[in-house]
Amino acid sequence: MNDWSRIAPQLLDATGETLYMVGVATVLTVLLGVPLGVLLTVTAPGALAPHPVLNRLLGLVVNLGRSLPFIILLVLVAPVTRGIVGTTIGSTATIVPLTIGAVPFLARLVETSLREVAHGKVEATLAMGARRRDVVRTVLLPEALPSLVAGVTVTVVALISYSAMAGAIGGGGLGDFAIRYGYQQFRTDITLVTVVLLLVVVQLLQWAGDRWARRLATH
Amino acid sequence: MIELSDVRKVFPARRGAGEVIALDGVSISVARGEFAGVVGPSGSGKSTLARLVNLLERPTSGTVTVDGRVLTDLDDTGVREARRSIGMIFQHFNLLDSRTAAGNVEHPLELAGVGRTERRRRVADLLDLVGLADRHAARPGQLSGGQKQRVAIARALAARPSVLLCDEATSALDPASTAGVLDLLRQVRAELGLTVLLITHEMSVVRAVCDSAVLMSAGRVVDGGPLTEVLARPDSALAAQLVPAPAAPETAAGALVQVTVTDASPQGVVLQTLAGELGLSVEVVGGSVETVAGRRFGRLLLRVEGDDGRLDPALARLRNAGALVERTVAGDPRPEAAAEDEPPAGQEPPAAEEPIVQRFADAPDVQR
Repeated sequence: MNDWSRIAPQLLDATGETLYMVGVATVLTVLLGVPLGVLLTVTAPGALAPHPVLNRLLGLVVNLGRSLPFIILLVLVAPVTRGIVGTTIGSTATIVPLTIGAVPFLARLVETSLREVAHGKVEATLAMGARRRDVVRTVLLPEALPSLVAGVTVTVVALISYSAMAGAIGGGGLGDFAIRYGYQQFRTDITLVTVVLLLVVVQLLQWAGDRWARRLATH
Repeated sequence: MIELSDVRKVFPARRGAGEVIALDGVSISVARGEFAGVVGPSGSGKSTLARLVNLLERPTSGTVTVDGRVLTDLDDTGVREARRSIGMIFQHFNLLDSRTAAGNVEHPLELAGVGRTERRRRVADLLDLVGLADRHAARPGQLSGGQKQRVAIARALAARPSVLLCDEATSALDPASTAGVLDLLRQVRAELGLTVLLITHEMSVVRAVCDSAVLMSAGRVVDGGPLTEVLARPDSALAAQLVPAPAAPETAAGALVQVTVTDASPQGVVLQTLAGELGLSVEVVGGSVETVAGRRFGRLLLRVEGDDGRLDPALARLRNAGALVERTVAGDPRPEAAAEDEPPAGQEPPAAEEPIVQRFADAPDVQR
C-alpha cells in the first residue's frame, strides 16, 4: 500500500486541525475556567467572600458539566454550536463543545490549586489593608501559579483526547482522520500512525507544561 | 493606643463542634510606645485577641479602639484603611513564595498605591533596617527562619504603622534567631516609637522585651500590669510564671522563708537582719534571679535554723520596711506549672496547622 505520499499531507492537515481546535479551546477554557475556579474558591464557606447559595449553584453546574460523558455533551450542545458557529461540522464548530467540556474540568483544578495556598498568606495580606480582589490578584493566583500551570497542562491533554472523540461526529482533526481512514477503511497502519502522533503531541505538551511549572516553582 | 473594652468573641457552633467562647469579657489597654505581652496556654484566646486588634476577627460584642479610632464602628473601607497603620507578624511568617524578599516588603506599598520610585527607596531602607540589604533578591525558600521573620518585620513596617502585632512571632524559631528577632523588635520600637502587642507562650520572651503583660486563661484576663509592679506582688499568678518560685525541699529542718527580690527590696537587708542581727543560721536552698524589663528580679528560698520565736516579729518588721518576705511550708505544692515547656500554640479556634511548604504540580490526574 504505497499511498503514503497521498495520505501524509492529509495527516499533516489533520494534525494542524487538532492543534488549532485544542489551541483555541485552551485559550477560551483558561479565560472562562480560571475565573469560575476563583469564584468557586472565594464563595466557599469560610473563604474570602462566602456565598453559600452561589457556591452551591456553581458547584452544581461544574459537577453537571463534569459528570456528562464528553460524547453525550457533544450531541447535547449541538444546537448551541450551531447558534454560535453556524454549523456543527468541522474543527471550528468542535471548539464550542471542547470549551464547554473543559471549563468545568479546569475550574475544579483551579479551585484545588487556590485552596492549597496557605490561609496565613491571605490573612497577612488582609492585615495590610488589602481588598479581596487584591488578595486574589496578588496572592492567590501568583502563589498558585505553578500548580495552575500544571492544571492547564492536564486540561490541554484532556482537550486532545476530547478532540479525538469529536472526530467521531465529523469534528475534524486526528480523531476524524483515524476513524475515516483507519477504522472505516480497515487501515490499522493509519490508526497506529495517528496514535503515535497523538502520543507525541501529548508528550511534548506535558513535558513543556511540567518544565514551565517547575521553573515557576523554583525560580 | 490599643484599647479593648469588654470584648467577647464567640465562634458559633459548627458541625461536630459546639459553640466556642474564645474571649469572655476582655478589657486591656496598651499605652503609646508600650511593649505589651499577652501570655497564656494554648486555647486561652490570646491569638484571637491579637486578631481582634486589626479586626481580622470581629468581636461578638465590645469595642476595639486603636490610636483613637473605634475600629468596631468602622465599615469595611474604614477597617482596611485602619489596618494600614497596624503591622502584623506571624508564627509562620506568611511570606509570599512567588516574590523575593524585596517583593514581599514591596507588597503592602503596592496595595497602598505608593509610586514605583518611592517603593524601591522604601524597600531598600527597610531591608537595611532589618539587616538583610544583601538578601533582597532571595526567595523566602532560600532564607532561614530568622531571616524570614526579619523580612516579615520589614513588610509589617512598610506602611509606617503606629502599632505592631506579633502573633507567636518567635515560636517557630531557634533560640539564637529568637534573640535576634527580639533585639530587632526592641530596636524598631525604640527608633520608630511603635506600640507593640506581643502574643506568646514563651515566658522568656516576655522577660526579655515586655514592659507589661497580661496573663490569659480560658478566654479571660486573669492577671496583668507593668512587669515591675506584677513582680512585686508575691501572690501574682503572672509573676509565678515569669519567675517560678523555687520548689521547697521535701523535708526541711527549721523554718522556710521566701524572699522576693526586686531593685526596691534587695535581699541584702533580709539576710542582714536574719543572720546578722538575730544571729540565726541562714542557708539559701533555692532560688533564681532574672533580669526582667531591664530590672533585677528574683525569688530566694531560705532555710532558717535556730529560731527562738524572734523570726516572725523580725519578718513582720522587714515587711513593714518594704521587704517582700513570707514564711512558707516544706513540700508546699506549687500549683502554677511553668507554661514554657508547652508546644508552640496553634491558632485557636481549632484550625489545622497549615502546610508551610508551597506545593506545586500536584494537580489531580485526569478524572475521566
